[in-house]
Amino acid sequence: MTETVIQTSNLFMPTILIPLLPLLGFIINGLFGKKLGHASGWIATTMLLASFACSLFLFFNLPAGGSETVVLSNWFYFKDIFIPFAFLIDPLTITMLLVVTGIGSLIHLYSIGYMHDDEGFSRFFTYLNLFVFFMLILVMGNNYLMMFIGWEGVGLCSYLLIGFWFKNQAYNDAAKKAFIMNRIGDLGFLVGMFMMLFHFKTLNYDQVAIGALNLGIGNITIVGITLALFIGAMGKSAQLPLYTWLPDAMAGPTPVSALIHAATMVTAGIYMIARSNILYSLAPHTLDVILIVGTATSIFAAIIGLLQNDIKKVLAYSTVSQLGLMFAALGMGAFESGMFHVVTHAFFKALLFLGAGSVIHALSGEQDMRRMGGLGKYIKITFATFLIGTVAISGIPPFAGFFSKDEILATAFEHNKIIWGLLSFSSMLTAFYMFRLLYLTFSTSFRGTDEVKHHIHESPIVMTLPLMILAVCSIVVGFIGLPPVLSHTHSFKTYLSSVFAQSKTIMPAGHEMSHSMEWILIGTAVGLALVSIAFAYNKYVMQKQTPVEDEQLSGLSKVVANKFYIDEIYNAVFVKPVMLLSDLFLVIIDKLIIDLLVHAVAFITSQVGRLLRLFQSGHVGFYMFAMVIGMIVLLVAQVFDVLGFFESLYTHK
Amino acid sequence: MLTLILLLIPLVASIIALFLRGELVKWFSLIATVVQLAFTVYVFTVFKAPNAPEVTNSLLSLNIDWINTPKINFNIGLDGMSLLMVILTNLLMPLIVLAGFNRNQERTHIMYSLMLLMHFALIGVFVSFDGFLYYIFWELALIPIYFISLNWGGVNRATVTLKFFIYTLAGSLLMLFGFLFLYWNTASHSLSWFDLTMNHICSCKQGFIFWMFFLAYAIKIPIIPFHTWQPDTYSSAPTQGTMLLSGIMLKMGLYSLLRWLLPILPMGTAEYTPYVIAMCFIGVVYASVIAIMQTDLKKLFAYSSIAHVGLIAAGIFALNVQGIQGGLVQMLAHGINVVGVFYCADIIINRTGSSDINTLGGIRVLSPRFATYFLIIVLGSVALPLTNSFIGEFMLLLGLFEYHSWAAIFAGLTVILGAVYMLRMYQKVMLGDVNENVTIFEDLKWNEELVLATIAILIFAFGIFPKPILELVAPISEQIYRLSFVR
Repeated sequence: MTETVIQTSNLFMPTILIPLLPLLGFIINGLFGKKLGHASGWIATTMLLASFACSLFLFFNLPAGGSETVVLSNWFYFKDIFIPFAFLIDPLTITMLLVVTGIGSLIHLYSIGYMHDDEGFSRFFTYLNLFVFFMLILVMGNNYLMMFIGWEGVGLCSYLLIGFWFKNQAYNDAAKKAFIMNRIGDLGFLVGMFMMLFHFKTLNYDQVAIGALNLGIGNITIVGITLALFIGAMGKSAQLPLYTWLPDAMAGPTPVSALIHAATMVTAGIYMIARSNILYSLAPHTLDVILIVGTATSIFAAIIGLLQNDIKKVLAYSTVSQLGLMFAALGMGAFESGMFHVVTHAFFKALLFLGAGSVIHALSGEQDMRRMGGLGKYIKITFATFLIGTVAISGIPPFAGFFSKDEILATAFEHNKIIWGLLSFSSMLTAFYMFRLLYLTFSTSFRGTDEVKHHIHESPIVMTLPLMILAVCSIVVGFIGLPPVLSHTHSFKTYLSSVFAQSKTIMPAGHEMSHSMEWILIGTAVGLALVSIAFAYNKYVMQKQTPVEDEQLSGLSKVVANKFYIDEIYNAVFVKPVMLLSDLFLVIIDKLIIDLLVHAVAFITSQVGRLLRLFQSGHVGFYMFAMVIGMIVLLVAQVFDVLGFFESLYTHK
Repeated sequence: MLTLILLLIPLVASIIALFLRGELVKWFSLIATVVQLAFTVYVFTVFKAPNAPEVTNSLLSLNIDWINTPKINFNIGLDGMSLLMVILTNLLMPLIVLAGFNRNQERTHIMYSLMLLMHFALIGVFVSFDGFLYYIFWELALIPIYFISLNWGGVNRATVTLKFFIYTLAGSLLMLFGFLFLYWNTASHSLSWFDLTMNHICSCKQGFIFWMFFLAYAIKIPIIPFHTWQPDTYSSAPTQGTMLLSGIMLKMGLYSLLRWLLPILPMGTAEYTPYVIAMCFIGVVYASVIAIMQTDLKKLFAYSSIAHVGLIAAGIFALNVQGIQGGLVQMLAHGINVVGVFYCADIIINRTGSSDINTLGGIRVLSPRFATYFLIIVLGSVALPLTNSFIGEFMLLLGLFEYHSWAAIFAGLTVILGAVYMLRMYQKVMLGDVNENVTIFEDLKWNEELVLATIAILIFAFGIFPKPILELVAPISEQIYRLSFVR
């Protein structure tokens, strides 16, 4: 039993404060939320801001390339396996901490305005703080089980927040679906942990990595572990085939979509793989699988996004698609590029979701883009910030999305030309549907009812301030990762280098690309995006087209607009059979076969009893007759030694 | 000596309760069970105290000659496993008593006296170290619950209770024969647990005796296909009876596997383990799938309970330390959670008069506090990390994984299916718009709130600080593990 180790470095206090502050906020709001009223929103936001300050402290005080482990206590142990409550602080964790607490604070602030009139105001902030707590545990743990606490915890909060308006059963269905689909992935995560415990007797990141390095490249055990973990990542990060919960998750309030289903929770899968980079670099086959799944998801979701008319659904499919792009980066072994895109994406996608929220807020709850249009005149700040976000996600320089996307595309070009082609195609689609969204919402003229039009108003400052901050970040954050043609130092890569140093030695290093080639790639990517934008401009601004109503769809576009009927297929293939099986088990096996057998035993017993009763007839003559028969039998048995015969059978070997 | 006091408190209380009337008997029962709980805490400190083993042993165990031929001793004592079960029983009893405070039953004094008698018998089962004594307590526990279900049960109670009674009695009879075989086939002609664990019965006979014991326990646990008595019994018994049955009594079967089967018949166990594990984990998935489409609240929880205990049984038969230890930890967790879910079901049925989840809905709107407690209990039973059942489930699945990886993955489907049926139930009952059958939903009474809050706290306490429990059962798990190997 190792004793509790309390380390006394100057990083100890801020480290434990980071998750504890949101937990404190959760407890305060959970217990006294009703009495606090609107103060609960400010309490929750303050807690998170303080957490952000602590994260900044860690960022500035952690020695470059260093890492720090903070052990709180032993959680549980059995035999020779110890599982502690412990935190690992290294550049990768700090990156995630800054994203989660920084963007989280802004979204909390925004929510004070967005949820102002909701009767569940304090409940909302209670859940939101709890979510941040679990998300922080997820990224701070020093072993897989700590990650798993956060992993399932954020799943729970996601469930609670998707179904936040719990009177609506459709929302509840969406919440339940999210939880169950995540659980499918979680089983994979669990199995991965069992394999690690079985082979390495530990779940600590560093010790698992040492164990894996001893096994060597391509070992079947490592392939098994990495695949199992990846199944977990597919659930949490909404990859094919477990992505269908994420679009439905848009049932939750919009800040939830921004925080959980765009900026933080859904990137947990990418964090997990980046965290296990040594394991994955030892399993090239798994990396191939990830590359294929990521690329396929990226394209598939982008195609569906083309024909969605719900403003949040478009953003949801865009998120799935961008997550696919990140996985593709991981699959090529470009862990930093994947993480870089996580960071830039967190900013502009949070911005886009919050902007969409501001639009929905202005239109008294309308989400269908066919009932929008011309909003640029009415809500100028929202429009300006939304435009920045759209440009950023479309990969136009010098906005943030350009740098991270370009890096991934350049890697893909070196890795495999087909993958590069597919990812470029997906980026092109992204630019198209994002500008389609922008034009349909903000350009031309308003298509909704007059009553809605009358109420259009810009959001209050608590909502627009986060938009503006995020917009500025979406412009500048890309500069932390300049491509080699522009700068020799890629500060993001340098910052994370210690985390990925070891896996770099395992995987074959790609050769430096020539500068001219890189300029060509950049030109192609930007050119494709511009073409898409022009196409969208022509279609939705010049020709003023609006998407047709659902009933008028036909052919392929109907299939795409209905998301390839994936939900219906899952329903027919998995849900319905299980329900049928359930009835079948109960009626046929339980009630008919098993219970019938049980009752048959009882019935036979009673029948035998009834039969034997006939012998108790009360006739003395019959009893005497039976007695004589019995005596004869005994006599015969004695004479012929029947008993001895049976005994010899029994003892005979 | 201390163990004897643990045994006597409920017995004396049970007799006194017969002479009290009305509300007084409830308060008396509550005080008696709380005293018992407090005394258990004291015993726990004695057990944990760093004394020499002989000193602890002399404080806790008692061995008196009772009958000379056949050699039967009044042999009681406590080891980690017994103490865990005693803690479970004594923790749940005050809650079960308190649960009935705002319910009016006829002849209250008899009902509570029977409950306390059952308490006595259950403690007896867990502290007996002599087979004969154990058997007496085992059967004695059946009698009070029979009368409780028969007199205070719901519709169809006579048929259902009779089926339950005869079914389990048939199992017990097999176990009695098993003990007789053990008695005649051991040189010492003793049923003392310590003698039995050192027997040298040849493997040719162990398989046969194994099934005699196993069937008795399989019916009690219950392991599919010996479970058909259970859903009906749970739904027709009065809630306090269901809590006793599901929370404590079915742990008798699981406990007995570890105490009276694995270490005594290691070769028989080894021979049939593959079949038994297959039976268990198929049962886990089977019961979970049935639970998905159940519309009756109590039956849904009954099938979910079958799935949970099936996993415990499978983990125990994986025959490794983490499986056994996980099983023990999970027994405690399951006891707490299952009492919680049945109590929530009772609160709903009591207020709405309906147990059909399709006629319920929207209760969260009317009673948000109750909704929160219920959600915590639901999360506990789907084994979310930081709740009590996560650690047990993790260790059980890990144990199974070491036994056979695909078996663990198959049994692991319960992780998904559990979420499916629990969330579906929660959604239909608690969320959505208020159903017209549920227009009034009285807020929680003080005793209800106290019970639910205690359960909620226990769920998190054991999930975040499992250390004392793990330490309590670690040595005995090792011991049972070693004894369960072929001598």
